[in-house]
Amino acid sequence: MADQLAIGSRRGLKPALPLLLPAYLWLTVAIFLPLSAMVFFSFMTDLPLAGKEWSFTLGNYAAFFSQSLYSTLLFASLRLGLEVTLWCVVIGYPAAYVLAKVLKGRSREAIFLLVILPFWSNGLVRIFSWAMVLREGGILDTALNAVLPFKINIDLMYSYPAVIIGLVHSYVPYMVLTCYLTLQAIDDSLIEAGRSLGASRRQVLWRVIIPLSMPGLIAGSALIFVPVVGSFMEPRILGGRTGTFYGTVIEDQFVAVFNWPLGAALSFILLAVVLIILALAAPVLRRAG
Amino acid sequence: MATTRTIEWLGRFYIVLLLGFLYLPIIIMAAMSFNASPFYQLPFEWTTDWYQSLWQNDQLIAATWNSIEIAIITTLISTVLGSMASLALYRYEFRGKKVLQALLFPPIAIPWLITGTAMLIFFFGVGIGRGLVAILLGHVALALPYVIVVVSARLQTFAPELEEAARSLGANQWQVTMRVTLPWIMPGVIAGGLFAFAVSFDQFVVSYFLSTPGQTTLPVEIYAAIRKGFTPEINAVSTIIIVVSMALMLLTARFFKFGGEK
Repeated sequence: MADQLAIGSRRGLKPALPLLLPAYLWLTVAIFLPLSAMVFFSFMTDLPLAGKEWSFTLGNYAAFFSQSLYSTLLFASLRLGLEVTLWCVVIGYPAAYVLAKVLKGRSREAIFLLVILPFWSNGLVRIFSWAMVLREGGILDTALNAVLPFKINIDLMYSYPAVIIGLVHSYVPYMVLTCYLTLQAIDDSLIEAGRSLGASRRQVLWRVIIPLSMPGLIAGSALIFVPVVGSFMEPRILGGRTGTFYGTVIEDQFVAVFNWPLGAALSFILLAVVLIILALAAPVLRRAG
Repeated sequence: MATTRTIEWLGRFYIVLLLGFLYLPIIIMAAMSFNASPFYQLPFEWTTDWYQSLWQNDQLIAATWNSIEIAIITTLISTVLGSMASLALYRYEFRGKKVLQALLFPPIAIPWLITGTAMLIFFFGVGIGRGLVAILLGHVALALPYVIVVVSARLQTFAPELEEAARSLGANQWQVTMRVTLPWIMPGVIAGGLFAFAVSFDQFVVSYFLSTPGQTTLPVEIYAAIRKGFTPEINAVSTIIIVVSMALMLLTARFFKFGGEK
């Protein structure tokens, strides 16, 4: 095994450099330098453009800590992330279990593809499609009123539940994917062994299956929680006036208020929160990978 | 055992419910794009007016062309650069390799809101500004990690002895790569390219911060239209987009197994 590896791989950065350089230069110019520039910018009073006066300041960060609005919204976004992640676990994990352990053969492959297909289609359009379902006089309203003997008004559009529904719809395939991968790797004989030693189905689930699929659950949660905390388009479309979150405030700084330095500081605080969460999840992710 | 069959039946039922949740809104949106009422009133009356009026919407058509052009250029650049980098990461051992592999993670994991606003600030600062060039720069950077991950996964199945054999038969480095390695990893390269196309074609957040009026992409144009108010025209163009992006992913799935079957 070690010999085979030695044949294929050769030592030294020098011969690898021409192949590596173009891709990593591009990433540097378009990702890593911008992220550094954002940090630099967040300490400025104004844009250093068109001869405007600017100086260094901590004011943008002071604004975050002195005005409770920003921290309240950050907590609202963290709570949104937590709720969406929980719903994705509750809905996605059983589906992953059925796919990995109950269904067999060709139907499993086809259904698995069907479940993760929406995830790779346009997210904006999928959020918009919920507007058709949730609005008053929309499909949900009409269908329920046709079935129920009494008149009810379902108008979930522009509400917190609408934002949750849209986001869960967007991200649940992620959870199914990561949990499916770890559940599939669990040897069936372990489950049979537990059963034959007298454990009930429930005991096998809690003592064998869930602990062994933990890496998938945590990977999925991190991959859902992080983008949801930074979401702004989904609350805008489905939340209306109730859809003000940390992400929408950052968006405003760049496209409406044009206070870029404050926007940069708010973005950087979000980045710090995200990096802490990813760092906490990283050991588990590495073991799973 | 009866209970096993019950569980199996419940499992199938649950999956059907989940698929309903995932697909019903999309199907309803598509159905409404063929409904005559501009206020989405029922009963349903068939029409293709909304699709026809799309052809008169010059702004939308211009944005569509921008989206397609940017997606194609993004695919070409990121597939070539990404495949090169994957080959280097596969072939050579050097210090810092782990760091380079870890650096692929941030572009995927950091929310696009942060990446997008950071790009806006930086591109403005260095004079690139907003517009199609900035959008292209951003899209390639977002697509590169996906291409590298997909092509690297395919390279894991490659037998290095084949390169060694070709070399010992007198092939030079270029011939080895083009005649032996590349044909083997081709399914991975194609899948990576399709991923790149999808990442670019569906990208909204980063394009949104980097676009200007007149230099914009289709998703940005749709977002602006949604915020002005819902119209069946948006349903029509959205239906077209979702059909195209799902077809693309089905195509990708033919070249690249998601399931990780062992």
